[in-house]
Amino acid sequence: MDHLDGNVLAGPTADLFLFEPTTTQGQCQSCADIAMLGQAMVYGQPMGFVARCRNCDNVLIVIIERAGQKSLSMRGLRWLRVADRAMNDRI
Amino acid sequence: MTTPAAGWLTGSLARAHPLTASARSITFTVPGWPGNDAGQHVDVRLTSSDGYQAVRSYSIASAGPGGEIELGIDRLPDGEVSPFLVDDLALGDTVELRGPLGGWFVWRPEQTQPVQLIAGGSGVVPFIAMTRTHASVCSSAPMQLLYSLRTPNDAFFRDELSQPSATARTTWHYTRTVPPGWSRSAGRLTAEDLKSKTLPPEQAPLTYVCGPTGFVETVSRALTSLGHAPDTIRTERFGGT
Repeated sequence: MDHLDGNVLAGPTADLFLFEPTTTQGQCQSCADIAMLGQAMVYGQPMGFVARCRNCDNVLIVIIERAGQKSLSMRGLRWLRVADRAMNDRI
Repeated sequence: MTTPAAGWLTGSLARAHPLTASARSITFTVPGWPGNDAGQHVDVRLTSSDGYQAVRSYSIASAGPGGEIELGIDRLPDGEVSPFLVDDLALGDTVELRGPLGGWFVWRPEQTQPVQLIAGGSGVVPFIAMTRTHASVCSSAPMQLLYSLRTPNDAFFRDELSQPSATARTTWHYTRTVPPGWSRSAGRLTAEDLKSKTLPPEQAPLTYVCGPTGFVETVSRALTSLGHAPDTIRTERFGGT
């Protein structure tokens, strides 16, 4: 199955996070690679979105959208580094 | 960063024109659209009469402030959404839009480092937004585009990319059919092509690659082998539906 980039997570997570996820840095629990979420490999429709580490393929994030609800699992991330809101709203 | 408006907005088709035999430019008027950065995308949601919904992400060809956005859509034969947008959507019809989205695959006017854009097929759309922005702000950052196409007839926005006032030079590459007198025979982009037609690592460019997954894989791997650091390569893949 073809994968996409973490960029595609921006839409589905727009109402989950106050920050812009694709320019947020995170560390992979499995291999310690540090990357922007926009750099992750994302496997999309139809069930939801599975974001995997670009380096070791570990599952970082799972988002399932069903019946008007979203389930979010961030089991493969050690941490996320979120810029302060004032820094995020640059324009 | 231009942050998305809350929830879904309603876009009304204001203008449309064919880009190729299978693709169409569609411009929506979107009340509440906060403007967007070059390279951002939008989610388009269609709802059928029985309530079934389909959502797809599309890059935006326009950039800047204002309540209009232009998309360039290629009809995928087995697609659920693109055939409708290319063939059936009429002026005045509405769709639901969520965005603008994404902050990673974006070029901003304050960026000063050299920029290499590499497009495969309809992957050129976000680069149209970047080259338009580059021209409109009179950027002094070097920017150039390598555009890989099946045949000369498959070019999106050829006139715009070729006009003398374009501030980003476009290098054309053909994988199936070349124009008469073309020096290189038709074939997929190779590491050798990338070496001769893109900015070298010594110039420390930021390289953006957009196209089908296979194209992006091949190109980004070749760029790494030419000595570009992985973090200087930004990619946007699109899938087959």
